[in-house]
Amino acid sequence: MISSRLRQLFGDPLNAMLSLGVLAVALVCLPPLIRWGLVNAVFQPDPAACEAAQGQGACWGVVAEKARFILLGRYPAEALWRPLLAAGLIAGSWLVAAFARLSGGKLAGLLALAPLAALALLGGGFAGLDSVPTELWGGLPLTLLLTTAGMAGALPLGVAVANGRRSQLPVLRGILTGYVELARGIPLVAALFVASFLLPLFFPDGMALDMLWRVLIAIVLFAAAYLSEIIRGGLQAIPPGQLDAAAALGFTPWQAQRHVVLPQVLGAVAPSLANSAIALFKDTSLVTIVSLYELTGSLGLALAGDPQWRPFYLEAWIFLAATYWVGCALLARLSRQLEYAHPRRQGHQTRL
Amino acid sequence: MYRLVPSPTARARLGAVAIAALACLAPPAHAGKTLDGIKSRGQLACGVSTGVIGFAAADSQGHWRGLDVDVCRAIAAAVLGDANKVRWVPLSAQQRFTALQSGEVDILSRNTTWSLTRDAALGLHFAGVTYYDGQGFMVAKKSKVSSAKQLKNAEICVQSGTTTEKNMSDYFRAQGIKVKPVVFDKFEPSIKAFFSGRCQAYTTDASALAFIRAKEAPNADDYTVLPEIISKEPLAPAVRRGDDEWFAIVKWTVNALIEAEELGITQARVDGLKASPDPAIQRFLGVGEDLGKSLGLDREWAARAVKAVGNYGEIFNRNVGADSPLKLPRGLNALWNKGGILYAQPLR
Repeated sequence: MISSRLRQLFGDPLNAMLSLGVLAVALVCLPPLIRWGLVNAVFQPDPAACEAAQGQGACWGVVAEKARFILLGRYPAEALWRPLLAAGLIAGSWLVAAFARLSGGKLAGLLALAPLAALALLGGGFAGLDSVPTELWGGLPLTLLLTTAGMAGALPLGVAVANGRRSQLPVLRGILTGYVELARGIPLVAALFVASFLLPLFFPDGMALDMLWRVLIAIVLFAAAYLSEIIRGGLQAIPPGQLDAAAALGFTPWQAQRHVVLPQVLGAVAPSLANSAIALFKDTSLVTIVSLYELTGSLGLALAGDPQWRPFYLEAWIFLAATYWVGCALLARLSRQLEYAHPRRQGHQTRL
Repeated sequence: MYRLVPSPTARARLGAVAIAALACLAPPAHAGKTLDGIKSRGQLACGVSTGVIGFAAADSQGHWRGLDVDVCRAIAAAVLGDANKVRWVPLSAQQRFTALQSGEVDILSRNTTWSLTRDAALGLHFAGVTYYDGQGFMVAKKSKVSSAKQLKNAEICVQSGTTTEKNMSDYFRAQGIKVKPVVFDKFEPSIKAFFSGRCQAYTTDASALAFIRAKEAPNADDYTVLPEIISKEPLAPAVRRGDDEWFAIVKWTVNALIEAEELGITQARVDGLKASPDPAIQRFLGVGEDLGKSLGLDREWAARAVKAVGNYGEIFNRNVGADSPLKLPRGLNALWNKGGILYAQPLR
């Protein structure tokens, strides 16, 4: 075993050189990194110790001190269990979906129900829970909510648009093509600006939809345009003969879609869907510019005005990067589950 | 701030006198729709910045502190009787004016420079300066630059979307000097870029420069702030147009905080001074005359504001002055009779 590894690494001159090069880089880079991140690091939220260690060691104390603010934002202090549970619900649904082998229907139900439950929990206003205005939502629950609710809204819309673009009606086709090209032609930032700045001007004072909803709608419309193209690609890969065969077996067009076409399409495009979900997960950080304080926004709120902790932005950002990485890894794993849940055409099934 | 334009004809002058006389006889001013809204909500919606040391920042527990924050707390105390009844709305630089125009906030207290275009074209009113700032430059000492005029062809780090960027290009154009602005979207990256050597100079408001040099520089002594102040940055709270009553309340609360310092009314002494024989203090505290009535408030509005946050001097020292990490000198922000230019319109 070991000798075969050695042969892989040092088998020929080129490999040996590459291996030695990587080893040398690691030897040069790792010790100072470990010294900075672990040996000389300060783990207690002690600003004096952090200031003393500055330059030699990381100050992870900033994460300990500001964790509540970074992860949960400005949510009222007396009800912190609610955003915690909300984030737990969504993250838990990703975890379950990523590791348990669920059927397609259950998977979709789980991923759609979790954000709904989180919404109810964050908003409150029932069963003795105080109602909390959306502007106080923030941090991790908001990031997760925007991602899952965005995907849950965009996916059905994307499927509908993709089918609509293959329709025989030229007007419908034209409108949908126009929408997709428009949504893909503008940056998400522009869509967010329109949703937050322009829309309220068309409503009477105080009647405008809440900012969170406006932003969520913008995200859904934006993401749906991309998803519809992915799904349209999948639809084009299904031979038209399959629909004829389904019709011959007595399937209605809806049944044919539900049982014949969609399972194959979603299975086939799962990697691209995961790509979009991961991109959306990170794109949610853009909502900071319209004053919704998701993870990166609440990090700014927590540190920008604090003279004691502001010098330790880097450590807080590393913590945030790790949080994002875990989320992205879960989504990547989830997409592989989706491929299993929607087995592709017979010819490929043997590979499972 | 508002006065009738002097007219050459006697008739107009008579008219003005008549209006003034009528105003004296008129019943208490109507409170206005913004104040009604605040009272029925029981909360003042205050737009603040997303974190500027000394001006507005949330601490680890989520409590807001700062000079801009205290202005809102004073107004909440004056109109609602409780400085804590404020809904804080942190706003990005791009979003601040829209939030005010659309009614999301009642007041924008977000270190915003008062300028003609903002006042005239954005549909808002500035209600009195709470901090006089100005823009300066910081350079590394080893660059041997001692004046902004020596920054020829220098790369200068600056934050976008603020008046800072424009001031800089105006200044150097007027001087006939070519510089290369290196523009950053956010404050933090712009500082980091400067200290890592990306630019030869850094420019922002002088209040921030002093702090950045002291706290963020790897070694404060390696850097120096140049003597030139290239712009006037009067930072002022703003309200939406179309509600003169609310504008008056904000304007006079800001005036009251400054007047309190002139009169020597401090947070600790508010209650004790009610027995003072000084008519100006009596008027201020609502002991004799009722100044609140014409604003649509009760007689103790100003006393409550000072009791909640202190007078302007106390607010300054606590947040940006001697008792704060910023340790800024009073400078222009001292009272007019103490070498500064702060001058409250008389409360009477």
